[in-house]
Amino acid sequence: MNVDLRILRYDPEHDPAPHWETYQVNVDPMDRVLDLLIKVKADQDGSLSFRRSCGHGICGSDAMLINSRNRLACRIRVDQLGRKISVAPLPGLPVVKDLIVEMSGFFGKYRSVKPYLINDQPEPERERLQSQVDRARFDDTTKCILCAACTASCPSFWARPEYLGPAAIVQAHRFIFDSRDEGAAERLEILADEDGVWRCRTIFNCVDACPRGINVTRAILEVSSAIVGRRG
Amino acid sequence: MDYPFDAIVVGAGGAGLWAALELAREGVNTAVLTKLYPTRSHTGTAQGGVCAALGNLEEDHWEWHMFDTVKGGDYLVDQDAAEVLAREAIETVIELEHMGLPFNRTPDGKIDQRKFGGHTRNFGEAAVRRSCFAADRTGHMILQTLYQQCVKHGVKFFDEFQVVDLMFEGGEPAAGGRAAGVVARRLADGQLHTFRAKAVLLATGGFGRMFRITSNAHSLTGDGVAMCYRHGIPIEDMEFFQFHPTGIVGIGILLSEAARGEGGTLLNDLGERFMERYAPKLMELAPRDMVSRAMYQEIRAGRGIGGKDYLYLDVRHLGRKVIEEKLPDITDFARIYQGVEPLTEPVPVQPTAHYAMGGIPTNVQAEVVRDEIDAVVPGLFAAGECACVSVHGANRLGTNSLVDLLVFGRRAGRQMARYAGTVERPMPIADAVEPVRAQLEAIRGRAAGGESAAAIRTELQAVMMDDVGVYRDGKLLSVALAKVRELEARYEKISITDCGTVFNTELLEAHELGYLLDLAHVTVVAALARTESRGAHSREDYPERDDTKWLKHSLAYQGKDGPNLRYKPVSITRFEPKPRTY
Repeated sequence: MNVDLRILRYDPEHDPAPHWETYQVNVDPMDRVLDLLIKVKADQDGSLSFRRSCGHGICGSDAMLINSRNRLACRIRVDQLGRKISVAPLPGLPVVKDLIVEMSGFFGKYRSVKPYLINDQPEPERERLQSQVDRARFDDTTKCILCAACTASCPSFWARPEYLGPAAIVQAHRFIFDSRDEGAAERLEILADEDGVWRCRTIFNCVDACPRGINVTRAILEVSSAIVGRRG
Repeated sequence: MDYPFDAIVVGAGGAGLWAALELAREGVNTAVLTKLYPTRSHTGTAQGGVCAALGNLEEDHWEWHMFDTVKGGDYLVDQDAAEVLAREAIETVIELEHMGLPFNRTPDGKIDQRKFGGHTRNFGEAAVRRSCFAADRTGHMILQTLYQQCVKHGVKFFDEFQVVDLMFEGGEPAAGGRAAGVVARRLADGQLHTFRAKAVLLATGGFGRMFRITSNAHSLTGDGVAMCYRHGIPIEDMEFFQFHPTGIVGIGILLSEAARGEGGTLLNDLGERFMERYAPKLMELAPRDMVSRAMYQEIRAGRGIGGKDYLYLDVRHLGRKVIEEKLPDITDFARIYQGVEPLTEPVPVQPTAHYAMGGIPTNVQAEVVRDEIDAVVPGLFAAGECACVSVHGANRLGTNSLVDLLVFGRRAGRQMARYAGTVERPMPIADAVEPVRAQLEAIRGRAAGGESAAAIRTELQAVMMDDVGVYRDGKLLSVALAKVRELEARYEKISITDCGTVFNTELLEAHELGYLLDLAHVTVVAALARTESRGAHSREDYPERDDTKWLKHSLAYQGKDGPNLRYKPVSITRFEPKPRTY
């Protein structure tokens, strides 16, 4: 079948502003949008630029705005979208070229929440023990692949780019609720900042956007509750 | 620009990140260069687990793990290296847990373990629970955990810097030169930079993208291996490439062996568990080379599903709880990429190109060696899939890729730190960027209208899949060799449409295709030369293993008209070669 693939193109060396281009692509209904982009690059315009690596939803390279929703191009099929498909870079992040956005600010926020295990106790000879219940407590947020689909779907982030955003909070959650971690206090202090969790308006765009099915809003609310609980 | 460092790590998968962590802990001034972002690295896609003889659920010993590794590799494994692998697997897994890796847990809170292909108790008696896992996302957790630790220790990253050449001081490696750094292209603006260092680690992963159906990421184009080859360092055992039995039909995405480790079965069109005929003891948990061959045999005998070229992986009997808690991602892959519901339907699978056993030859300190007597290239290191220690021999066991990159990534970092303390930093090298600049400009400057790199890549992937796959024979390999040579000639005339400097991914893909062509050429030549069947290299015209003639590693040196082969002996310490049955 043929689809009309509309792509928001931008070449900073030639274009004054982003503009739409439409490509006719012959596809299989089971093809992913990433397959389509690769076909266009191979057969129609080699200059089309986008990030991709693993091609099956684990590396998080190819998050983009597809038919008005943030998704990974390698995880959404043509038969889920129909014959008219539009692809644009993630909203709210500076565009570098075509579908490639600037990610350094996003990763900077990730680093700012101390996204690593903090535990200064002497290490035992063998593994630390952890019950299955304690392990399950933070399972959901271990799935995050840092694709930025959630943060770039968040109106609070669009309105105030200084906001840490859902992804960084998810990463903090993963440690705050890990029974082996002792850094909750210092992390919660960062997250209680004016650009921390309070910017969340529970709009749930992040939950819709997450390709890993993480309940992002719940994680943010759990972090908020932990801050309140500590203050109480 | 010229960046002076003491150590450079190329690639930010598991091996590179662990090495960087060791270097940071030792206070060595280190930079990690990656053509992706670190968390995009392919280590993240590993699913089933990492084997270590922790004995958390049943008796286990590192000697058993070592034996399985040697036998799994069809005795081409260097046994001194396999001993290091199996012993140090235990401490590296414990250390990962201390770093925060969220392993699944046993009811008493220990790291949970499950069965995996070819891993047995008591030297082959029966499958053993050795694979430590975090659902079917073990690689993701390893990559995240190591990156987290690097962030904690302030490791300096140069994200989206693609290394395009190696620098040496005092001549090329063959003339005794030492590593002096790398040349890298910043993707954001196309500028070339030099990174000088005393010690350079190549941790650039595999090159499965030379095959049409592969589990490998688009970025796995063998950059580090090919750069070594072009600088006169031989590459080892390139005829051994693993095809994983359970890839998603047509696109190759992996469905973890963990599905079989948890009790999943393989079925043919008659509904038979056909592995009974090929490996009566281990059945579906036989090593991957044997399972992939069995699948081809079934397909050839007309017992593929509906007579077609695939079989079924069946996990329905495991029940919802096991499937959702222990195999959530692969269940999701089957739903998304095949539209199949594993809870109620069997999943169509076929072998997919998965892992390079061969690569850059190193010793057990991860130092690159450059000839048949293991002369070290000072300052140059390699670890992970791009390296060949050789712990995988002719066929890698499941999970041992992760064990390899953890154990030898860690060793590389420690050895680099020691080495960096003993030598001076190399001086800047005049015009170091010029050779690769000329290569890139030749592609970019060529008049439009030539063939595209994409067209040549498609033909390369097709011929490698069809003629250099699970089964091989002399005639088809000769056809493949002629085809690869033809593609190399056509590659010299390709042109691209994007002449820009910002994220010129077309230029990079064209450059990477050059690496794939080099490595495909070596693979075919080495496969044609090895007139025996061993591990993943299965010659229909030479179906038997021949230890008298072929118990040796191949080394391919770049020559004027293609690779020249030489050979070096296998290290055998504990286990004499025996027939390999399961």
